[in-house]
Amino acid sequence: MNRSVASKRSSWPRWARRGLMENIATAIIAIGFLMLFQPFALSLYTYSFVTMLAGAVMFIIISKFPE
Amino acid sequence: MLDRTADNVARATPEPLAKKIRGISDKGLAWLFISPTILLLLAINIFPLFWAIYLSFTNFRANRPNEVVKNLGLANYRRILGDQDIWIAMQTTAHFVFWTILLQTVIGFTLAWLIDRKFRGHAFWTTIILVPMMLSPAVVGNFWRFLYEPQIGLFSYVVSFVTGIPPTNVQMLSNVELAPWAIIIVDTWMWTPYVMLICLAGLRSIPEYIYEAAEVDRASNWRQFWSITLPMALPFIMLAVLFRGIENFKMFDMVNLLTGGGPGSTTEVASITLKRQAFESWRTGYSSAFAIILFVAVFGLANIYVKALNKVKQR
Repeated sequence: MNRSVASKRSSWPRWARRGLMENIATAIIAIGFLMLFQPFALSLYTYSFVTMLAGAVMFIIISKFPE
Repeated sequence: MLDRTADNVARATPEPLAKKIRGISDKGLAWLFISPTILLLLAINIFPLFWAIYLSFTNFRANRPNEVVKNLGLANYRRILGDQDIWIAMQTTAHFVFWTILLQTVIGFTLAWLIDRKFRGHAFWTTIILVPMMLSPAVVGNFWRFLYEPQIGLFSYVVSFVTGIPPTNVQMLSNVELAPWAIIIVDTWMWTPYVMLICLAGLRSIPEYIYEAAEVDRASNWRQFWSITLPMALPFIMLAVLFRGIENFKMFDMVNLLTGGGPGSTTEVASITLKRQAFESWRTGYSSAFAIILFVAVFGLANIYVKALNKVKQR
């Protein structure tokens, strides 16, 4: 009941709510982190920082989104 | 009656005079107390961070302050992220962080679990176990260097006694294979008590009645451990892992004292490479970019960890 009332009130798109987007940002950071420390391919290491930075920035922005 | 008179007098007082009498407001007082801390934080943490970000895009060298500073754009980042030596330093750091955290968590939690049994003299043993943590890293580094000495070191003699290898052959700090493990052993010895202390706080926070209810339900000790002890102590264990993970990423003192990054570059962790670039090669802009990369890595890791910690706490 409460949930339906809350969803009616909020105009924020469902797909852009914090829970899902935070999980995506966390996954991006984790992938970037693994890319930075893996011993297999230099190219993965090269793109690790951009990946981590994108994830971290996304995480900061998303933490301000409604639940 | 007296209150009413006081109210009337207060209302009759002109506003500028009333302000003067009241003095500084609560909000103003709060800002007055907080502002020195905020200023200190800005000066010590925030300003150097933004300054390092700025320098990371330049060719600035701290040993040539009068030279014209050129803007290089992303060149420093490109160079670092294409440098094979730095990639290897990252792998060395990852190896070091993984093994120290694993050993410290396993041993620390086991010790905490044993200490929590409250056997006779447990307070004395807690104090003894905590001693390494209280020592200065410089002292620990120097005395472990003596312990690792192949000729006179106690460690070499113990290894020799157990394995039968001559003590002069146990060259912990100059052997390529053993040197990383020498540092891992010292860090584990020094910081396991810290993990133990946090885990002990977690174990002591578990209410006794939960175990009593489990006893009534005839749950075995093994079942109690997996279903009560471990899940309830998990947020504390994760907190210890977070603290140690962040600390070990920037680990410098112990590696510098024990091996200095050698033999060759087998123990050259990221912080040693950073120090060499910043204060031996004097490539300040380049090392600032490297520091920013490490900062983003630790920041990202901390975000993941805090999220995981909140999830565990909500359960």
